Amino acid sequence: MTLELQKPRPIWQIMFSTHHTDVGLLYLITSLTFLFLGGSLALGIRAELFYPGSQIIADSMTFNRIFTVHGTTLIFLFIIPFASAVGNYYVPIMVRYKDMAYPKLNAIAFWMIPPAGVLIWLGFADFTWYATPPYSIISAPGPAADMWIFGLKILGISSVLGALNFVVTILKCKHPDMSIGQIPLMAWAFLSSSLIIIVAIPTFAAALLMLLTDRLGVSGFFNPAMGGDPIAYAHLFWFTFHPEVYVLVIPAIGMMYEIIPRFSRKPIYSYNSGVFAFVMLSIVGFSSWAHHMYATGMSFTEKTVFMVGTLAAVPASAMHVFNFVATMWNGRIRFATPMMWAVGGIALFFSAGAGGVVNSAMPLDFTTHDTYWVVGHFHLFVMGTIAFGSIGYLYYMFPYVTGRMYNETWGKIHFVLSFIGTILVFFTQHVLGLYGMPRRIYDYPPIPEWIAMNQIATVGAMIIGISMAIFLANMIHSAGKGKPADTDDPFGLGGKYYYPFEAKNPSH
Amino acid sequence: MSGHSNWPEWIYVAVVIALMAWVGAEAWEAERLVEHVPADAKTIIVTGQQWFWTFEHEDGTKEIGELHVEVGKAYKFEIVSTDVNHSFNIHDYVVLIDAIPGRVNTVWFAPDKVGEHDIQCREYCGLIHYNMRGTLYVTEPLS
Ligand code: HEM
Ligand SMILES: [Cu+2]
Ligand SMILES: [Cu+2]
Repeated sequence: MTLELQKPRPIWQIMFSTHHTDVGLLYLITSLTFLFLGGSLALGIRAELFYPGSQIIADSMTFNRIFTVHGTTLIFLFIIPFASAVGNYYVPIMVRYKDMAYPKLNAIAFWMIPPAGVLIWLGFADFTWYATPPYSIISAPGPAADMWIFGLKILGISSVLGALNFVVTILKCKHPDMSIGQIPLMAWAFLSSSLIIIVAIPTFAAALLMLLTDRLGVSGFFNPAMGGDPIAYAHLFWFTFHPEVYVLVIPAIGMMYEIIPRFSRKPIYSYNSGVFAFVMLSIVGFSSWAHHMYATGMSFTEKTVFMVGTLAAVPASAMHVFNFVATMWNGRIRFATPMMWAVGGIALFFSAGAGGVVNSAMPLDFTTHDTYWVVGHFHLFVMGTIAFGSIGYLYYMFPYVTGRMYNETWGKIHFVLSFIGTILVFFTQHVLGLYGMPRRIYDYPPIPEWIAMNQIATVGAMIIGISMAIFLANMIHSAGKGKPADTDDPFGLGGKYYYPFEAKNPSH
Repeated sequence: MSGHSNWPEWIYVAVVIALMAWVGAEAWEAERLVEHVPADAKTIIVTGQQWFWTFEHEDGTKEIGELHVEVGKAYKFEIVSTDVNHSFNIHDYVVLIDAIPGRVNTVWFAPDKVGEHDIQCREYCGLIHYNMRGTLYVTEPLS
């Protein structure tokens, strides 16, 4: 699947364009900028936790602000815009339409992101990425907290507009010769994740407004001092954000479905089971939100219901893993950089899911909840699976976007360092959680096991940091000076592997 | 689409479903047992506030940041908060429940060995959350 390369133009022409590849490029640059900004904050957090006592961050308020903005940035300003970038580039081509269904709306959805990012970064709120009341109402300092609320409000609207556009593009603008059962699995991924966004986001949008009016003192929805209930917020928040985790992961899985069969030079093992698993995830994903709330004092029955709802989603995730492994089985695999990232990402996806099952089992969750275990768990998804899938896909689309080839050796070094770093940081954090270290703490008592594991995690983070510097240098250098890519077969696979296996390849 | 038969995947999915059913059943059984508070458990009222823990025993005595209990007896904690959410945690005994203003949450435990254990807050509560810590002393019975 190739992109139409466009001639270099002045930047303002791209900024005012509504063409899908231009909007895709804007999304791409924005998301990568925030990847590096948010990633730097993570290095600050890890440096601070290298040893008990204050290391490089002066006080806990600054530390709390840093981890809040770190999480908010990487979820809402890196992962989601990155998926939109890929979707913008590829979904119209995959359904054989000239653009997104509503090009102007598409540009508007993009242009809401930079101001939201600015609000979040200028405010630098401290109330964690879930802004839990009553802390967020009575204790969190403004205007940072209010700027965060407005920032998220804008991002929510942007997501919904983007999602509507994807749904309409896929369902209504798809070429009449194509049935829905013929669109590539990555297009199915965007369809599923967009539908989840449309159903899930409005709930949090409402909760955010209620939070704002609570902060202004004109209402008391979540404020116990005014008769409100903080648990109600937790339900609204997680009703949006458990499904949202699938919004984050599904596009990345979709990208792996583009990479794995090509670089294995085999058709996907089972298209139907890929579709089934996407659709299952987007439905069952709505039945498990309160697994984040076992410790809030829910009844035994409530906990049981949400445990069953959570476990019910596991087989669908497991089906993707099977599909990938079965596709690679007996394939003529070429381990170019994109393939290494995709395969590494699948391995980490599997480990992350196994940890998730432990969290779901209610008595075990009382050991892991709000410890570093949970931090390790979800980072194996957001970093190990989603960032890995995304970065792999970025390498894959690089020649199509820039017309040039990245440096393969440095791409592989980037992967190896990131893979080692990710294991060092996030596997270690699981163990650290079992030793009881709470998350979101600026300092900790000098317990020998805690010190040792924090140090391993910090070293791992620095390795990831180095690998990301290599990545940045490779991208910038190769975009301008890399050797021109053979856009018919940039990865030396043989041309026919770049097209959907069912379609005729026009140039071979 | 795919002409080949798909039985390996069906077997795989069946195995995953069976595993999940097993995890769920075990968890259900374990949780049912640990939630059953013994009738003779003594009540301790635990109050979380920014950023320390207060404990009130049945006889009215209060402790701040320290909690003394006797080995071999069962205790029921009633956890409340006066400001924001906290989470009361004795990690060594897997005691964990949130302290939420406007609610009373309960959890129980029965220390089985004399010793000292860390008490900590496991829910983000602001500035000194990192140091909202205390110590549990499990002692020999006095009488
Ligand atoms: C096999 C599938 C999964 C299972 C069984 C699972 C289970 C869980 C459970 C039970 C928790 C609550 C842990 C706690 O707070 O004590 C949790 C937390 C979390 N999970 Fe998963 N999960 C799965 C997949 C995912 C995916 C795909 C993502 C993201 C892409 C994800 C992201 C998260 C996040 C962000 C949190 C923590 C949120 C927070 O407290 O800040 N999970 N998971
Ligand atoms: Cu969840
Ligand atoms: Cu706390």
